[in-house]
Amino acid sequence: MIARAREPLIFEHSRPGRAARAQWPAASAEDERSAEHIPPALLRRRPAALPELSELDVVRHYTRLSQLNFSIDTHFYPLGSCTMKYNPKACNAAALLPEFLARHPLSPPELSQGFLACVYELQEMLKAITGMRGVALSPLAGAHGEFAGVAMIRAYHRSRGDPTRNEILVPQAAHGTNPATATMCGCVAREIPVDADGDVDLSALRAALGPRTAGIMLTNPSTLGVFERRIEEVARLVHAAGGLLYYDGANLNAILGKVRPGDMGFDVMHVNLHKTFSTPHGGGGPGAGPVGVAQRLLPFLPLPIVGRDGGPASAEGGGESESDDRGESDDRGEGQSVRYRWLDERDLPQSIGRLAGFGGNAGVLLRAYVYLRLLGREGLQRVAEFATLNANYLSARLQQVGYDAAYPRRRASHEFILTLRRQAQELGVTAMDVAKRLLDLGFHAPTTYFPLLISECLLIEPTETESKETLDAFVTAMTRILQEAREDPERLQRAPYTLPVRRLDDVHAARELDLAYRERRPQESSDAAAS
Amino acid sequence: MSRIPADLRYTRSHEWLRQLQDGTVEIGISDHAQEALGDLVFVELPELGRRLAAGEACAVVESVKAASDIFAPIAGTVVGTNDKLAHSPELINRDPYGGGWLMRVKPQSPEEVAALLSAKDYEAVAAER
Amino acid sequence: MPFIPHTADDVRDMLATLGAPDIEALFEEIPPHLRVQELDAIGRGLSEFEVMQLMRARARADGTPLCFLGAGAYEHHIPAAVWSTITRGEFYSAYTPYQAEASQGTLQTIYEFQSMMASLTGMEVSNASLYDGASALAEACLMAVRANRRARGTHIRIARSVHPHYRQVALTTAAGQGLTFEELPFDRASGRTLLPDGAGGTRDAGSAHGAGDISAVVIQQPNFFGVLEDVDAVTDWAHASGALLVAVVNPISLGVLKPPGEWGAAGADIVVGEGQPLGCPLSSGGPYFGFMTTRLQHVRQMPGRIVGRTVDLEGRPGFTLTLQAREQHIRRARATSNICTNQGLLMMAGTVYLALMGAQGLERVAQISRARTAQLVRALTAIPGVRRAFSAPLFHEAALMLDRPVAAVLRALAARGIVGGLDLSTLYPQLGAALLICATETKTSQDIRRYAAALDEVLRAPPAAGDAP
Repeated sequence: MIARAREPLIFEHSRPGRAARAQWPAASAEDERSAEHIPPALLRRRPAALPELSELDVVRHYTRLSQLNFSIDTHFYPLGSCTMKYNPKACNAAALLPEFLARHPLSPPELSQGFLACVYELQEMLKAITGMRGVALSPLAGAHGEFAGVAMIRAYHRSRGDPTRNEILVPQAAHGTNPATATMCGCVAREIPVDADGDVDLSALRAALGPRTAGIMLTNPSTLGVFERRIEEVARLVHAAGGLLYYDGANLNAILGKVRPGDMGFDVMHVNLHKTFSTPHGGGGPGAGPVGVAQRLLPFLPLPIVGRDGGPASAEGGGESESDDRGESDDRGEGQSVRYRWLDERDLPQSIGRLAGFGGNAGVLLRAYVYLRLLGREGLQRVAEFATLNANYLSARLQQVGYDAAYPRRRASHEFILTLRRQAQELGVTAMDVAKRLLDLGFHAPTTYFPLLISECLLIEPTETESKETLDAFVTAMTRILQEAREDPERLQRAPYTLPVRRLDDVHAARELDLAYRERRPQESSDAAAS
Repeated sequence: MSRIPADLRYTRSHEWLRQLQDGTVEIGISDHAQEALGDLVFVELPELGRRLAAGEACAVVESVKAASDIFAPIAGTVVGTNDKLAHSPELINRDPYGGGWLMRVKPQSPEEVAALLSAKDYEAVAAER
Repeated sequence: MPFIPHTADDVRDMLATLGAPDIEALFEEIPPHLRVQELDAIGRGLSEFEVMQLMRARARADGTPLCFLGAGAYEHHIPAAVWSTITRGEFYSAYTPYQAEASQGTLQTIYEFQSMMASLTGMEVSNASLYDGASALAEACLMAVRANRRARGTHIRIARSVHPHYRQVALTTAAGQGLTFEELPFDRASGRTLLPDGAGGTRDAGSAHGAGDISAVVIQQPNFFGVLEDVDAVTDWAHASGALLVAVVNPISLGVLKPPGEWGAAGADIVVGEGQPLGCPLSSGGPYFGFMTTRLQHVRQMPGRIVGRTVDLEGRPGFTLTLQAREQHIRRARATSNICTNQGLLMMAGTVYLALMGAQGLERVAQISRARTAQLVRALTAIPGVRRAFSAPLFHEAALMLDRPVAAVLRALAARGIVGGLDLSTLYPQLGAALLICATETKTSQDIRRYAAALDEVLRAPPAAGDAP
């Protein structure tokens, strides 16, 4: 269980004159003499209101704060659409090797071949997994990758003298990032309904397609937790209308090694490396959102990309990984003839351009690379198999104990939706109440109220790394909650009880904005303290 | 059951409109709308002098779980806004037809007002959902 | 099976519950002809030991050269307590704090981060981080256009002395929404940004845009060349032109330099920058974090997560995500940005770093970095053929002019285990053979002497044929 004691703000621990001096740099006699003069008008007059603390104060404070969190390392975290699976520690250990950490992003290529080899091979592996022809790794998160993808769709139409195509179709149940991305790219988002079984409504799609259609953004399996069965028909219709297909990789975990977006007819996609390929979510990041494209979008990929000079002519990246399997050295079997380098504007003059200050979230890329090497091809397929087995098992068990699935006639993918519509009407208990009560019982809540299409919904994604015992314990907790809903609904409505805080007042937070600590300490008012 | 005063005009998107003595109109959102939105935390109002087309999005009301556009029921020019809402958006929840009014507009053509829904017609709209 | 806990008995029981003959049957809804046939490009799985051997070899191949390169990513000492604290599983493996009651640790840390960044930059509010400094500037440009209702257009004036990658990212990101950018040149002698003639708001000869058209002016302090800009004059000029002032700053420099909130008569309107110098390793380019602070009046135009302090059912204080109606998961097509994931863990590193250093420690890091850069400049410009490119006061970077193309010099230095800086001649061809160098508190006088000796040696060799600048 997590700690329950409230921890004061770091500023409340502060004492004038206290400091972690060992962490300060030591000045040399030469330093005192050598700094150049700065015009006084450019100087800070008052020090920033940062706390004054010992190292122990800081360590204890943030350790205590950490104990107020649920996390994968401590709790089952079935947050739908977020793929909260266990992230192997070796991925972190490898990404945090001192040479990778110390490497400057603009280091010359002759001092970067080890790093670039990993990144290049990751590009090749992602091509194989997605069925795409080219991959760029620089987008820094899923939504950033979406931006790159839609910007490429725009650039493609423009390059063909067809700049008026600015409509992006999104299914009603799409992630909010899809329509938001369309807007950011200067497009207009149009929503397409889904039918009663969760597939895209083809007649509505036909009606929406036209000379303004730039493309469609789909997640498959969809955000409704089911596979879009008529995906080939969707692709045929969109392509016939002159549009392109964008694959939102949020749910890639469900189909790893089973079916590839490229084979389904998608032209461009992003991969949420942090979800499917194992970077801890860090309380909301970092992520990485590499983009993959089919042949016709290759010229538009964002910069930079890692290229290889020399080595096998095939760009499909087959044999190389094999030769590495021995793993005992950096010998890639090609000797000095292979050279990796960053490709830039000169290599890709039609690129949509740069999206990040440097080459991408390298630490996340390295973790994904290590994860893929640990899994290998068989391990990769098992991810999808056991993610799907766990989701279907949990869905079946929860229906047995009295919950309603939103799509009972469908096979679940890696996640599924329960709807508490009935409980809300009959007992006055909402999805939020169930979610909060689950916290009391030691489980992180599933995603609530998404997709917006399904009322009172819980989107549940157990992932492949959870054992049957964990799933069964979750079912036991959900069974108890249903019983409480019938016997004592008010108990649910006021949950949680056992956490560091009770249910928080969101209306108060938004009306009485308190976004930064304002207490002014005495020494701040005096300029003398600055010296 | 939400209140629907008989002397006002309404839209399908849940705005109300009141004709004032000086020829301008006052605009707000219905009791039904404020109830559906929940506790409001912020209101964004148009600038004075802005010319609105009928049906144009001209204001935003925000709860913690939704942000909803307000559409101009008629064409006209904004001549007043309810500045109290900046600090007390809850006025809309408390008194949607009085203290929670949003803006005053000088209509471009007064005939447009007559084409809006009556209280009786709006009752049917509000009952739909 | 790697990372999958199921026993054969588990699988049998689970399939029995489902009434499915095997796991394969669960994929029956995928059209059979679409199924993946082979994945030969992915090798066999390796053991953890094998993977670590491979990765150690790859890492060793790149070595640990002595680095005098900055250009937006800076090597500072990172106190050991920073990463040992934030990599605790409870922080590391948690997600975005949607369930506030189960995420108070992350939420309170974000609130503390927001407080520190607001104070450091002299602004009122901060968000919970963006992807990196460059994308934060792109978001700031979009935000400025939304927030500046006085401006008629969607036009941004951006100093050419702003990081070239930042300018490119702003262009890539904002072009789709029709924003246009025009550059403010810099003075070739001082390295400072030149304001248009008649600065004060009248139309200048070189520009198609006059006062009232400009949504924002973007200035970087210290600028890309390490030069200190006259930020007061730029801020006042921006405001006189009806534009908002967007400041790009290095957070370490704010230990010494005036915070943007106090620039000019009215202060900057939006402040962004790269958070990496605060406790994040260079890490080959990321993950880093972007930060953004602004005035309370613009908070609803700000992208990204924001945490607020509120009360619970019993009236006790607690923290929660707030102002979410701006965000994509609620407002969808009309959201302030599509941003969803941010850089939570790195933001946490920045918070712990600032808590450990305090205002005094930060000032020391800034002062000593400046002193070391001054020593480096003095040592290198003592070499024949090397001189300073600009005359204005510096922070912790400097542009130098060489007597021959920089690329070959950098290659020769790399062969001696030194990353000698950045070749400016591709980014700023008009400068000629210019080299951008940086020293922080991590560079000792011995390191500086080693660099100077190596450069001296390289420049003593006659330039190769056709290598004249």
